[in-house]
Amino acid sequence: MTQKKNKVVTKEDVVVKFVGDSGDGMQLTGNLFSDTAALEGNDLANFPDYPAEIRGPHNTVAGVSGFQVHIGKKVYSSGDLCDVLVAMNPASLKANLKWAKKGGTIITDLDAYDEKAIEKSGYKSNPLEDNTLQGYNLIKAPIATLTKDALKDLGLDVKTAEKSRNMFALGMMYFMFNWDQKIAFDFFAKKFKKKPELIQSNKLALQAGYNYAETVEAISVTYSIPSATLEKGRYRNLSGNVATAWGFLAASERSGRPLFLGSYPITPATEILMELAKHKSLGAKVFQAEDEIAGICSAIGASFAGAMALTTTSGPGLSLKSEAIGLAVMTELPLVIVDVQRGGPSTGLPTKSEQSDLMQALYGRNGECPVLIIAAQSPSDCFISAYEAAKLSMEHMTPAILLTDGYIGQGSELFKIPKVADLPKITPPIAAPNDMDYKPFKRDPKTLVRKWALPGTEGLRHRVGGLEKENISGNVSMSPENHQLMTDLRYNKVMKIADNLPEQQVFGADENELLVVSWGGTYGAVHTAVEEMINENMPVSHAHFRYIMPLPKNTEKLLGKYKKIVVPELNSGQFVNYLRMTFPQYKYSQFNKVQGLPFNVSELKDAFNKIIKEK
Amino acid sequence: MEENLTVDRSRVPLGKEDFVSDQMVKWCPGCGDHAILSSLANVFPKIGYRKENFCVVSGIGCSSRFPYYVNTYGFHGIHGRANAIATGVKIANPHLSVWVATGDGDSMAIGGNHFIHIIRRNVDINIMLFNNQIYGLTKGQYSPTSPMGSVTKTSPQGTIEHPFNPGELVLGAQGTFFARAVDTNPKLMTEIMFEAAKHDGTSVVEILQNCVIFNEGCHTTITSKESRDDNQIILKNGEPMIFGKNKEKGIVLKPHGLAVVTLGQDGITEQDLLVHDQYSQDPGIHLMLAKMAPPYFPIALGVIRSALFFTYDDLVEEQINRSKANTTIKNVDDLLNSGDTWEIK
Repeated sequence: MTQKKNKVVTKEDVVVKFVGDSGDGMQLTGNLFSDTAALEGNDLANFPDYPAEIRGPHNTVAGVSGFQVHIGKKVYSSGDLCDVLVAMNPASLKANLKWAKKGGTIITDLDAYDEKAIEKSGYKSNPLEDNTLQGYNLIKAPIATLTKDALKDLGLDVKTAEKSRNMFALGMMYFMFNWDQKIAFDFFAKKFKKKPELIQSNKLALQAGYNYAETVEAISVTYSIPSATLEKGRYRNLSGNVATAWGFLAASERSGRPLFLGSYPITPATEILMELAKHKSLGAKVFQAEDEIAGICSAIGASFAGAMALTTTSGPGLSLKSEAIGLAVMTELPLVIVDVQRGGPSTGLPTKSEQSDLMQALYGRNGECPVLIIAAQSPSDCFISAYEAAKLSMEHMTPAILLTDGYIGQGSELFKIPKVADLPKITPPIAAPNDMDYKPFKRDPKTLVRKWALPGTEGLRHRVGGLEKENISGNVSMSPENHQLMTDLRYNKVMKIADNLPEQQVFGADENELLVVSWGGTYGAVHTAVEEMINENMPVSHAHFRYIMPLPKNTEKLLGKYKKIVVPELNSGQFVNYLRMTFPQYKYSQFNKVQGLPFNVSELKDAFNKIIKEK
Repeated sequence: MEENLTVDRSRVPLGKEDFVSDQMVKWCPGCGDHAILSSLANVFPKIGYRKENFCVVSGIGCSSRFPYYVNTYGFHGIHGRANAIATGVKIANPHLSVWVATGDGDSMAIGGNHFIHIIRRNVDINIMLFNNQIYGLTKGQYSPTSPMGSVTKTSPQGTIEHPFNPGELVLGAQGTFFARAVDTNPKLMTEIMFEAAKHDGTSVVEILQNCVIFNEGCHTTITSKESRDDNQIILKNGEPMIFGKNKEKGIVLKPHGLAVVTLGQDGITEQDLLVHDQYSQDPGIHLMLAKMAPPYFPIALGVIRSALFFTYDDLVEEQINRSKANTTIKNVDDLLNSGDTWEIK
């Protein structure tokens, strides 16, 4: 690397956000930025933030697409406010300025600020010339002009040349972080194998951006980030939805049960369907159904026939699947329903994130209808959560709902690659051919789990269905006593899964003034907030729940060891009310936000500090 | 028909008794469903599969109690979803002979979407569509196949909506097999079910079935001794279309469509009649046949269409096998380590 004249600042972590028009290639830029950070040895988490429209109106706030990356020594979330905001046009600046740290760096394309674009963005005057950006370190670069200049010898049309602006901006970032440009060049060579002209254009644009940043000294401060303090091992960058798909593939291989996915495309869950569709070579059978209901019903049929059956969806789809989930509960068949939660109700905020389907997952069905519920906490955690949901669902012959959300499903972070052989064993209770003792609803007395008798197996012909069935024989039964018995058995079977679950862990002191209780995708922000508060000597501990139904067995005892309990959630208080109902002897505070946005660390700390101070 | 080599054949000859379940059949006395049950129990042993390789799936309605009454693997689903459930069963285990018992409410109304899509995909499943033109289990409301003007408990002044003709729907959804039977002719029904079993792809057998309680006599024009010969024609592949009490009538194809003719009149002979070709790829004439109805035409019974086409489940297996042969990712460890990864020491 060349000698740098600039001041190099060492930082534990930096948040960078790329924003532009939805056609500006911000997702690609953000992804390449992330991969580079990882290859340069940083820990990272990122989150794409894009509008519901595929290509929103050009140069308007509605059409802004963004990608936030948090890199550092150790990061738990994609971060709150950004240190560096790269805004490709006035509209993206307008939409995102509120997410930039005061005093942070803003890099923007000077060429994008013509009168029309400024007007369409909603700014009354040019924000680069009035005092809008006072207090920020503003870098105005003529990105479009310089990119065109850099590519002029390639003979590309104007549009293609303009599309490389994002790489010019990324080149500036490479300089800012002292990164090796070869990483990007290798990426272009692979990504554009079939369009060699793009390999060259992107390379030239990136180089031009890098050189611009270096020579004009536009960027006066460059950053050095200490290498990540990660466990030894092999790592990769992985998004939550892909991790979910891979966790299921691993569970299928480990259990020997072929994977079947019946699903219907829905934002933000579709990537799981698309990812599994790629892996037919691993035996995955992926059925894109005509609707959400056919998605789950085909999965139930496949489960009856002996597959490891899955269906993936988001909130509106979970509503449509409710009746069929009841059928899987009644027939006591394994099935994993993945709900990548988004903002609701109804169509709501398809591309935004929320935790507001918890009550639906717990209770959104007719009848007494318990299912296993697991919630993943981060993008990479989706892998083991999916694996575990599949394992427990098959071993306990019950449908399971895996709750993730748009934020962790579409965000990504570093993932330590496990060996499949090291993952916990999966042993589905498959009935042996000609098992003379087989009765469809005869149960293991300890776990209350019935056996899985696969069609095609000799001597096990039987019928199951949605009508109430007689205990043991499985014949249709309308007897009042039997209905009570079966209702209790189905509930107890799910509750007994807790016998096989690890105890709930606490971060921080075992007894304390305040316990912060969270679940699902808020882990990163909540953990960071609590960690910072502990470092500031505040009396706070953190319990993050992954098992929602049943709760770990030590939950009740654990909650009793704290003077105060607060439950922060991205809903109006669903988990906190579940806890109030389950353990009414305790008093709970809540902190809620329903804006389609993740928590900020600072707002959490403020809320927790306030509760600690309350008498 | 091409022999499906993946099928496990029964090593011992099977009989009807092998498929009788121990459950009491709870359909009303005189219900047409009894005849359908008996016909299917006759067909299963003839198919030659091991008895463990049959799976009967249903939705909701009188017809959907069917799985309880046959001793096979069985799944009694929820309203309208039998075809979706059966699709999952068949894709997961293509070695099974999968049968769906469904009705005009289950498959034409609440499950209409699944019905057209299973047909469009041509999943190798046999659908028995019990059509009694009424909702029986909920005690007598009109269905999507009730004729216009039907007076029922929810249409005291008569229905004001056009009924579906299931055959038209099947062919419109690019169906490869459609046959029609009546519950009063178990022999024909058994033959048709066997043909459905032989067909690779989605076979729909519409069974005109009488509901003795809520729609008694709905098919009398077609089934009564007095009128049936003039109001039904039993199609046989390769044979001219002849019907009538004295085999005196026939169907001809005229430029504007089908027409009924009398043999001997205006010099018409058997040579002039339309010869049934159930295997024709072109569904044009099949559609005209499916739409025929009294009073101007006889209703067509028998196999109307049985066209050869690839099945969804075969293509699923083919894609999997091809992918397995052409990949460097042989297991999940390979997948996890594919692409950009790096070691932290």
